[in-house]
Amino acid sequence: MAQFNEMYQGTGVRPPYARLDDWVAAMPQELRSLKQAEAEALFRRIGITFAVYGEGGDPDRLIPFDMFPRVFSAAEWAKLEKGIKQRARALNAFLVDVYGRGEIIRAGRIPGRLVYQNEAYEKAVAGFVPPKGVYSHIVGIDIVRTGPDEFFVLEDNCRTPSGVSYMLESREIMMRMFPDLFRENRIEPVDGYSEKLRRTLASVAPKKCKGEPTVVILTPGHFNSAYYEHSLLADLMGVELVEGQDLFVDGEYCWMRTTEGPRRVDVIYRRIDDAYLDPLCFRPDSMLGIPGLMDVYRSGGVSICSAPGAGVADDKAVYTYVPEMVRFYLGEEPILNNVPTWQCGKADDLKYVLEKLPELVVKEVHGSGGYGMLVGPKCSRDEVERFRAKIVENPGNYIAQPTLALSSVPTFVEEGVAPRHVDLRPYCLVGERIELVPGGLTRVALKEGSLVVNSSQGGGVKDTWVLAE
Amino acid sequence: MLSRTADNLYWIARYMERADTVARLLEVGSRISLIPSAHGYRSEWDSLLQATGMAESFAKKYGDPVQRNIESFLFFDHDNPSSVASCFTAARENGRIVRTALTSQVWDALNTAFQELKALERTPRSELELSRLTDWVMRHAAMVRGAIDATLLRNDGFNFLNIGYYLERGDNTARLMDVKYYVLLPRVDFVGSGLDNYQWSTLLRAMGAQRAFHWAYGGDVTAAKIADFLILNPQSPRSLATCAAGLVNHLARVAKAYGRETVAQEKARALLAEVEGATVEAIFDEGLHEYLTRFIADSADLALGIHDTYLSGEMR
Repeated sequence: MAQFNEMYQGTGVRPPYARLDDWVAAMPQELRSLKQAEAEALFRRIGITFAVYGEGGDPDRLIPFDMFPRVFSAAEWAKLEKGIKQRARALNAFLVDVYGRGEIIRAGRIPGRLVYQNEAYEKAVAGFVPPKGVYSHIVGIDIVRTGPDEFFVLEDNCRTPSGVSYMLESREIMMRMFPDLFRENRIEPVDGYSEKLRRTLASVAPKKCKGEPTVVILTPGHFNSAYYEHSLLADLMGVELVEGQDLFVDGEYCWMRTTEGPRRVDVIYRRIDDAYLDPLCFRPDSMLGIPGLMDVYRSGGVSICSAPGAGVADDKAVYTYVPEMVRFYLGEEPILNNVPTWQCGKADDLKYVLEKLPELVVKEVHGSGGYGMLVGPKCSRDEVERFRAKIVENPGNYIAQPTLALSSVPTFVEEGVAPRHVDLRPYCLVGERIELVPGGLTRVALKEGSLVVNSSQGGGVKDTWVLAE
Repeated sequence: MLSRTADNLYWIARYMERADTVARLLEVGSRISLIPSAHGYRSEWDSLLQATGMAESFAKKYGDPVQRNIESFLFFDHDNPSSVASCFTAARENGRIVRTALTSQVWDALNTAFQELKALERTPRSELELSRLTDWVMRHAAMVRGAIDATLLRNDGFNFLNIGYYLERGDNTARLMDVKYYVLLPRVDFVGSGLDNYQWSTLLRAMGAQRAFHWAYGGDVTAAKIADFLILNPQSPRSLATCAAGLVNHLARVAKAYGRETVAQEKARALLAEVEGATVEAIFDEGLHEYLTRFIADSADLALGIHDTYLSGEMR
């Protein structure tokens, strides 16, 4: 499979990477080891670690950081940015529609059962339009590249995409370790993210809020693998980091428990799932959550970001229809393409998938984190057959895609520098305005030939540069 | 600030101070055990456990109070919530939860203590001298305390940390003094004997206060002087008077910042008035043990008041 190397083309170096060629050539092995150790010490010191669910082991494990940056030219980014913003607008328009009149379904452009029978569809918010008509305030769109001008969206994350702390901290660490690189290359800064996030959240304050809104981040707690990120964002925005037990509902509002007594909360950036928001509304067995929160939400006493129910737009089965959403709501042609996708729930698609299984990537509709997926070409016959049985048992639970030749970027490995596959997750902010900081999270599959970049599966991260014009 | 955040800060301080005291207790115990025991004494190590209120849980797990077991129990045992290992782990965990309320220096100090603890736990016990362990604890406790004093914003979080420190320290000083009561059962003929004085000075040494004591009082070490020093003297950094005054001060700052008083301020002032109104004679008339027991109870009552008002989130 011909793969696109983002830096080297034959013997030449693509322009965005021009200066990195000298940089890496001038770095002796000893200096590199030294810098790598320094980077790791910095990461550990700031406490940015990642606990992998279900693996036991060290909860303070570091995500490997690769010092070789991933670079986009201004022109490449300009196109990506347009495509990402377009997609974020369409996804939000879709959400407002399916919790309202459902025009796209009436028009026959997407099957109703995919929406209304979807696990992520929250009947509890049907008919409610959140402030500024925004359901998903932080849209994380996973993008892969297969050629100079070929980008595909792998999936959308409309609920609470994580990883932005790696974007911010990777940059901090690179600037600290290689200040010369930043003098020689004109790299767009990403540290405006937290301020933009704060503005975005404040812009969707509920209608009953007068004056400057009080914003909080709601975390499941310090045992959560993304807790560091929650506390970093709270710190950078200067807002309180709360747990469910810190909040309560009284009258028409939501309050937090402070040492000075109750203080009203206007906007909740929640990093917990819908199911744990309000035990009265969703899960009576939940210890997490704030009883009565949904009533306050629906009566305009508090805003919840992302809005409950936003998940129905990033379902892997609904994903297939996003280009259709762009056309339907915006009257535009999609700038970013989807990866061709087969729905195992459809008989024709299923037949094709089972036939071509060893060549395909198969994912669970509701899976995430690289769990429960099959990468056909990388698996043994046995593994493929075992997966086949699972698909046959519950076809509706799976989608399949061709195995893409993901682009690669030079990466520091044991033997020196070698190409490794990458993807990209930019974080698009949607409030009164739609904003995108120039950068994102580049994940890299550190194992040779591997296509799975998830941090839970041994992936690492890189700093992502967007060059100024 | 969030009540939960205040609660975490308060407990960071309490755990660090408690670890410090446990290390000092170990030092008292090992020094007292170096002098020949005589008829009429209980086992010194047992007394030490009695004073800390941990005798029962120790006996359940280890049986006889042998020095090595006591060291395990007080230093390494994660089943003992007051062991150094438990305290350092809990302090760091509380710190991790409220990272945003701490400076990186404070976090560093907490985290370093924890990381070194993990290394100590992997070291064979035969290579670990007790004195090295106790020094190590006191050094890290001092580093955290220093980082707090040197780098933290003087806001309500700073006050809640200090409230935790003073509350725990007052309670611990009272308990450390009470060790003496258990070691030397009230047998009048020992009072004023050479042995008696040796034990008192061991106590002073454990509190790192031996020199300070001699500067302040001079002459022989007597029970009366020590009681004055550790209970009434506002110059002594660990005296009950100093701790009560610290509590009044930091609670007053909280009340001022929030624009209202609560039952906590009232109780703290009562505690201070009680200490300031006492004399050595009155204390010995009442009985030192009885006096200390009363102080420990009053201080626990104040802790409850602080919890109910500021830390529980129930304030309206």
